Amino acid sequence: MALVVLGIAVVNFFLLHLAPGDAAQVLAGEAGSATPEYMAALRRQFGLDQPLPLQFLQYLGNLLTFNLGFSFRHGLPVLELIGQRLPATLLLMTASIGFAVLAGSALGVVAARNAGRLADTLISTLALLFYATPVFWIGLVLVVVFSVGLDWLPVGGMTSVEAGYGGWDHVKDVARHLVLPAATLGLFYLAIYTRLMRAAMLEVTTQDFVRTAVAKGLKPRRIALRHVLRNALLPVVTMLGVQVGSILGGAVLVETIFAWPGLGRLAFEALFQRDLNLLLGILLCSSAVVVVVNLAVDLLYTVLDPRIDFAR
Amino acid sequence: MTQSPQPVLEVEDLSIRFQERGRSLLAVRNLSFQVARGETLAIVGESGCGKSITALALLGLVPPPGRAEGKAIRLEGRNLLGLGPEALRDVRGRRIAMVFQEPMTTLNPVLTIGEQIVETIRDHETVSRREARDRALTLLERVHIPDPVRRFGEHPHRLSGGMRQRVVIAMALACNPVVLVADEPTTALDVTIQAQILDLIDELKQGGMGVVLITHDLGVVAGHAERVLVMYAGRKVEERAAADLFATPLHPYTRGLIAARPRRRVDGGGRPRLVEIPGTVPSLAAMPPGCAFAPRCASATEDCTAAEPPLTVLKNTSLEDGQVACLRVGDFLAPSHSLPHARLA
Repeated sequence: MALVVLGIAVVNFFLLHLAPGDAAQVLAGEAGSATPEYMAALRRQFGLDQPLPLQFLQYLGNLLTFNLGFSFRHGLPVLELIGQRLPATLLLMTASIGFAVLAGSALGVVAARNAGRLADTLISTLALLFYATPVFWIGLVLVVVFSVGLDWLPVGGMTSVEAGYGGWDHVKDVARHLVLPAATLGLFYLAIYTRLMRAAMLEVTTQDFVRTAVAKGLKPRRIALRHVLRNALLPVVTMLGVQVGSILGGAVLVETIFAWPGLGRLAFEALFQRDLNLLLGILLCSSAVVVVVNLAVDLLYTVLDPRIDFAR
Repeated sequence: MTQSPQPVLEVEDLSIRFQERGRSLLAVRNLSFQVARGETLAIVGESGCGKSITALALLGLVPPPGRAEGKAIRLEGRNLLGLGPEALRDVRGRRIAMVFQEPMTTLNPVLTIGEQIVETIRDHETVSRREARDRALTLLERVHIPDPVRRFGEHPHRLSGGMRQRVVIAMALACNPVVLVADEPTTALDVTIQAQILDLIDELKQGGMGVVLITHDLGVVAGHAERVLVMYAGRKVEERAAADLFATPLHPYTRGLIAARPRRRVDGGGRPRLVEIPGTVPSLAAMPPGCAFAPRCASATEDCTAAEPPLTVLKNTSLEDGQVACLRVGDFLAPSHSLPHARLA
């Protein structure tokens, strides 16, 4: 696992150095006084004047001591910057994935149990719609309707500016701010889980053990929830592991729309500012999150499916 | 038929129709039979003759677009045809239960064996969790599962095929049904295990349960069924007491089936060549005119393709209440039976 993360770090390092331009250029460009001496001084200060292999070795050495380097742009250690932003992103991710999986699975179950009837048609159409609509557009429409039009929810940010809330009020305030970004990010995935769950339910329904359950005279509800759903969850969980990576990508967009102070936006800014240390740190951190989630999913398998054993 | 005092299951004029894209096919036609308490009726035939779908129909499980129609499927006097879904659910698993062919797939892989037996009991009777558990353990003992307490908490993949089939049988017996339908219960198992399972079913029916045993294996029938019903292309072609059927098979199809069984080596020689019935079962969509078996039958005459032979009861013969659907049945009866006329209705 540690090897996977290290491999990702190495690939990232060389990929990012393939891009033209560096932090010195961006800073100098913004300062408006780009004398060669000034830029050389900046590069020396940042260690960018060293040959690439040397920079790489230094980077690796730092990694091994959990030192992610220094963001010259923000004037702060990378680890500290990430530490500030990671909780917000994790909150957004958990909320939107939780929403997508729970609501999506529920809709999928309803659709499958009413396959071919009106409820199924409605849900399937809706899922297709969410699946096909661009995330940023959904976000903007939600803002227009719920914030601007109905004035139910805040437009953006994570806390109210007037803030000063403590304790429970703070939690409620953050929750109110969370609704729109989480819904925006989650709707696309909700569509995926709805479709996946519907298909999985219908497939499991044709299995022999479901016919056995019917022949035993079990109540339809018990058959659907206990026999079909339990088995249909497996592909959903698989998908969950795969999608955590892509939902981090989606977070960039949503965090930008809703001014959510998370990692995605930080990465986006770092990319444009050629703040490579920060960008590398963020990428490393998100790959670690993905790896951990995938491990958790593998562990979840053994709970859901008794046939999967640690020993094998 | 008057052999049984009080049949527990009576099927009267059952047909199973599949209707799709304007075409209507009959998988089973005008089938009638009865099963008494403590009796095993074997339904025998090649693949595709309609025996499995008949088994499913007995529990109201014919998958759409199929539909069971006809006069009645009477279980303890109550007609199951036309019962609503909830009433049917209540009967299933409680009064009539089923054992399926493939024990590897008929159990839910993610639930423990105990859970799968307990849920059957608790969906039909109001009993406490603890009581249901005790009953499930007793059931596992009844089907001779060693160490039932340990097996109770295990998942199906830990058990062998024979053990799983015992569990399926235990599940079927959970609410003491009066009829057990077993659809090829031993086909997927080793020969030694087959015998154990059949002996188990024999043992269980001593309590007065009627058994419908669906099989293509006449060897199974010989030791374990009182009556045999032979089906061909969705129709009953012969029904006899098991001993009579093996002694004097009448319908050419039955005789073919009996001849086609693998036989023991004769002394000093090799195994006799395996006889087969030429041809295959006709497709439902392309039934030949007249007797469905005529194209494969060595004894067929022109009359056989003219009209479908009616099912005749062999009254006033030493064969008592057997039934055969063959025009030439009179020719096949040995002279000692002195049947005055072939058709005796």
